[in-house]
Amino acid sequence: LKTMRFMLLFSRQGKLRLQKWYTATAERDKKKMVRDLMQIVLARKPKMCSFLEWRDLKIVYKRYASLYFCCAVEEQDNELITLEVIHRFVELLDKYFGSVCELDIIFNFEKAYFILDEFLMGGEIQDTSKKSVLKAIEQSDLLQEVSCIQY
Amino acid sequence: PLLRELIRTIRTARTQAEEREMIQKECAAIRSSFREEDNTYRCRNVAKLLYMHMLGYPAHFGQLECLKLIASQKFTDKRIGYLGAMLLLDERQDVHLLMTNCIKNDLNHSTQYVQGLALCTLGCMGSSEMCRDLAGEVEKLLKTSNSYLRKKAALCAVHVIRKVPELMEMFLPATKNLLSEKNHGVLHTSVVLLTEMCERSPDMLSHFRKLVPQLVRILKNLIMSGYSPEHDVSGISDPFLQVRILRLLRILGRSDDDSSEAMNDILAQVATNTETSKNVGNAILYETVLTIMDIKSESGLRVLAINILGRFLLNNDKNIRYVALTSLLKTVQTDHNAVQRHRSTIVDCLKDLDVSIKRRAMELSFALVNGNNIRGMMKELLYFLDSCDPEFKADCASGVFLAFTLKTIWLCPLCHFSFLQAGSYVRDDSVPNLIQLITNSVEMHAYTVQRLYKALLDDISQQPLVQVASWCIGEYGDLLVSGQCEEEEPIQVTEDEVLDVLEGLLVSNLSTPVTRGYSLTAIMKLSTRFSSVNRIKKVVSIYGSSIDVELQQRAVERIMKISLIDVALPLPGGPAPAPAPSVPTSQPTFLLDGISSQPLFNDIAAAGENLFDSLCLLSFLFQVNGANIFEWFILFYSTGIPPMTAYNKNGLKIDFTFERANPNPNIAVITIHASNSTEADMTDFVFQAAVPKTFQLQLLSPSSNVVPALNQGTVTQVIRVLNPQKQQLRMRVKLTYTHKGSAFQDLSEVNNFPPQSWQ
Repeated sequence: LKTMRFMLLFSRQGKLRLQKWYTATAERDKKKMVRDLMQIVLARKPKMCSFLEWRDLKIVYKRYASLYFCCAVEEQDNELITLEVIHRFVELLDKYFGSVCELDIIFNFEKAYFILDEFLMGGEIQDTSKKSVLKAIEQSDLLQEVSCIQY
Repeated sequence: PLLRELIRTIRTARTQAEEREMIQKECAAIRSSFREEDNTYRCRNVAKLLYMHMLGYPAHFGQLECLKLIASQKFTDKRIGYLGAMLLLDERQDVHLLMTNCIKNDLNHSTQYVQGLALCTLGCMGSSEMCRDLAGEVEKLLKTSNSYLRKKAALCAVHVIRKVPELMEMFLPATKNLLSEKNHGVLHTSVVLLTEMCERSPDMLSHFRKLVPQLVRILKNLIMSGYSPEHDVSGISDPFLQVRILRLLRILGRSDDDSSEAMNDILAQVATNTETSKNVGNAILYETVLTIMDIKSESGLRVLAINILGRFLLNNDKNIRYVALTSLLKTVQTDHNAVQRHRSTIVDCLKDLDVSIKRRAMELSFALVNGNNIRGMMKELLYFLDSCDPEFKADCASGVFLAFTLKTIWLCPLCHFSFLQAGSYVRDDSVPNLIQLITNSVEMHAYTVQRLYKALLDDISQQPLVQVASWCIGEYGDLLVSGQCEEEEPIQVTEDEVLDVLEGLLVSNLSTPVTRGYSLTAIMKLSTRFSSVNRIKKVVSIYGSSIDVELQQRAVERIMKISLIDVALPLPGGPAPAPAPSVPTSQPTFLLDGISSQPLFNDIAAAGENLFDSLCLLSFLFQVNGANIFEWFILFYSTGIPPMTAYNKNGLKIDFTFERANPNPNIAVITIHASNSTEADMTDFVFQAAVPKTFQLQLLSPSSNVVPALNQGTVTQVIRVLNPQKQQLRMRVKLTYTHKGSAFQDLSEVNNFPPQSWQ
C-alpha cells in the first residue's frame, strides 16, 4: 500500500496545474477523479478542516493564495505530517522561483515537476533537507544549460 | 514557438473553442515534426505536448517520442523525456517496457543526476517486469557511498518490493549499515525501506527488531541536539525523520514486549518535550500517540497519550481536533476509562462547524455512553439529532439508539414517544425489525399499543409509524380495549372505535399500499381477539376481493411476511427458523388463527445491521420536547443489566432478561425465555419460582405451556420480584414438562443474578 496515492495542484477556477500519480490509473479514471475532487475541495468553506474522507482515501489539502495543493493518502496516515510535506513543497517552489505565484507554475510547470520529483519519490520524501533538494535542482539546471537549444 | 510562448498564446484564448483550435493547430505541427524525426525540436515539442495534456487534450502520440528523448545523450532531452514518460505512460501500455533498457543504461550513467532521473522514474512507475529486470541495478546503488544515489535507491527499492514482493530478500544485505549514515536523506529513505520490509514480512520484522536501540538513539539525538538549520522546521529538528522513526518503532514494538520496553523512555520523552505551538510539533506528538497506543506500552504511557489527545481536542486548530477524535475513536474500546475523562470536550465537538469533526464526535459519543452518563449524553445526542444535517440523521439515529440499547438496556421497549416530522428519513424495511423489538418488550405491550393508538388519532401520515401502529393494534388490540395499561391512564376505547381507526387507514389517501396491507392484516388478526367478527369479515371481504389487485396482493404478501416475523427467529448460531405456516388457498380470512407472536430472547448485539434501521425508526418516534422524556428514559432504562442464562439442561434453556420499568426501584421485572433445542416439543411446561423470605415474588401468566422443539419458539413469562432490603437475589426454580411421553421435573438454584438486578 502506497502512503501517498497522488498529488494535485489546481486553481480556484478549477484549472489543473500539476498532477502527480503514484499509482497506475487509467487516463479516464484520472480525469474523473480530478473532476470530482476539485469540485469537492472547491466547495469547502474556509472554516473547515484540511482533511476529508473521499472514497477509501483521506484527502489532505491546503490553499496557498490562488492554488490548492491536494494530496490523497491512505486512511491510516498521519494527516498532520502530510500538511508539512505540502508546506515543504511550497517552500521549495518559493525558494526556487523567488516568491512563487501561480503564474510561475503555469509557465514553468515542467520545473515544478522536476522539483517535486527531486523532493518525493513514490509519494515518500527523498530528502528532508531543503538545501539538499534545491542544490540538486540547481545542478541539474546547470547541466541543462550545457546542452543545446532552449525549449 | 518556444514552450512558454505557446503557453502564453493558448492562455489568450477567450473560449474553449478558440483554445481547442489553437491546440489542434499546434498538435498538427508537432505531429509532422515527429514524423520528420526531428531531433532538435523533439524536446520542445514533447514539453508542449505535456502542457496540452495537462489542459486535458490527448497526447498519446507523444509516447514514443518520450522514449526517444530518454535515449538521447542530452540531459535536457532526458529530463523532459523521463517527465513525459511518467506523465503519458504507465505500466498499462506495452510501450513502456521499451524504456527498460534506457533506464538500465542510465542507472549506470556517469552523471549522478541522470542516474537520479532513472531511479525516480523506475521508483514511481516501474512495472513488475521492469522491476524484476532492474532490481539488481537498484540493489547495487543501494550499497553506494554516494548519498544522493543511495537515498533514491532506497525508495526505488521500496517500489520494487511493492511490485515484486519476492525480491525483498535480495535487498537485505544492503540494509546492513543503512542506519549508520549521517545523511538525513539516506536515513529517512532507509527508515521507509525498513518499514516496508517489516510490514511485509514477519521474518524481516523479527530480524530488524535488533535495530530498536539504534533507532531510539537516532531519535534521541534529533530531540536533544541543538539547532540544525538544514533540517529545522519551526525549532524542531527534522520532524519528517522523527515521524518515520516513530512509525518504524511502532511496527517493531507492536507485538513485542522487549522492544516496547526499550522504546518506552524515548516515547515519553518525545511526548513531553515536543513543542506544540505549531502544526509540526503536533504532527510528531500525533505520531507518538499512535505509536504508544499500538505497542505494548505501560499504562502510564497510555494515559499520557490519551491526555495528549485530550489536549488536542481543546486546540484551536480544527485539524488537530480532527485527528484527536479519529485517534480517540480507535482507542475508546481498549482505554475506555481514560477516554471517558474527555467526554465533555468530545460532546462539545458535536457543535463544531466542520462535518468531519461532527461525525467523529458523534461516533465517539456513542461509544462513550454508559449507565452513569446516559442522562447527560442522551440530552446532548438528541439535541444533536434534532438539529443535525440530513446526511447525518440516519446514522445518528441509528447510533444513538444502538448505543443506548446495547449499552444500557437489553430489551428495547418502544414507549413514551411523540412523533417527529422525520418520517421520510426512515427506511421501510426497518418496520419489521422494530416490530420484533416491540415484541420482545413483553411488559410494555399494553402501554405501547395505547401510545401508538393515540398517535394514530393525531397523525396518520408517517407511513412507517402507521405500519408499526397497525401491527401493534392487530397484535395487542385486546389489551387496548380492555384498558390494561399501567404506566399511564388507560384509555377507554371500544372495538368499534379501534376498527374505525384501522379502516380509516385503509381508505385514506395518505396510506401507501404497504400501509393498507398492514392495516388490513391488523383487522384480520383482530378477528381472533375481538368479538365483532362480523364487521371484520365484512371489511376483509371488501378488500380481499378488491379491484385493486395490487392492494390485494400486498395484503397477502404482508400477511405472509408478518407471519414469518411471528415465527421465532433463531438464537445466534441456532438452526434456521421454521417455515411460515401454509396459507390456505381459500379466501384470505383468518389466516392468523392460532398464530401469536412469540417474543424471544434475541441477542441484540448479534442481530446485525438490520437493527440499525429499526433503531433509526425508533429514533424518529422520539422528540426532544423537554425533561419528561429523559425522566422516563432514565426510569425505564436501568443501568444496563445484562441478561443471563438461569438454567440449561437436557435441551431446555431458560434465559432471564431484566427491566426496571416502573417507578419503584425495589421491583425487578424479570422475563423468562424458555427454549427447547431437542427434536420434540416440551408440553405441559410449567415454570415455578421461589425466593428467600425477604423477597416477594409475583408470577404472571406464561405465554404458553408448550416449548416448541428445535428452538422454533420460546415461552415467556414475567416475574416481578420485590426486594425492599436490596438483598442479593437468589431464586429456586422448579420446572415440569412432558417430553416424548415422559414427565420431567427438575429443581434448580439460580444464583448468578447480575448485581445490577438487585442493587
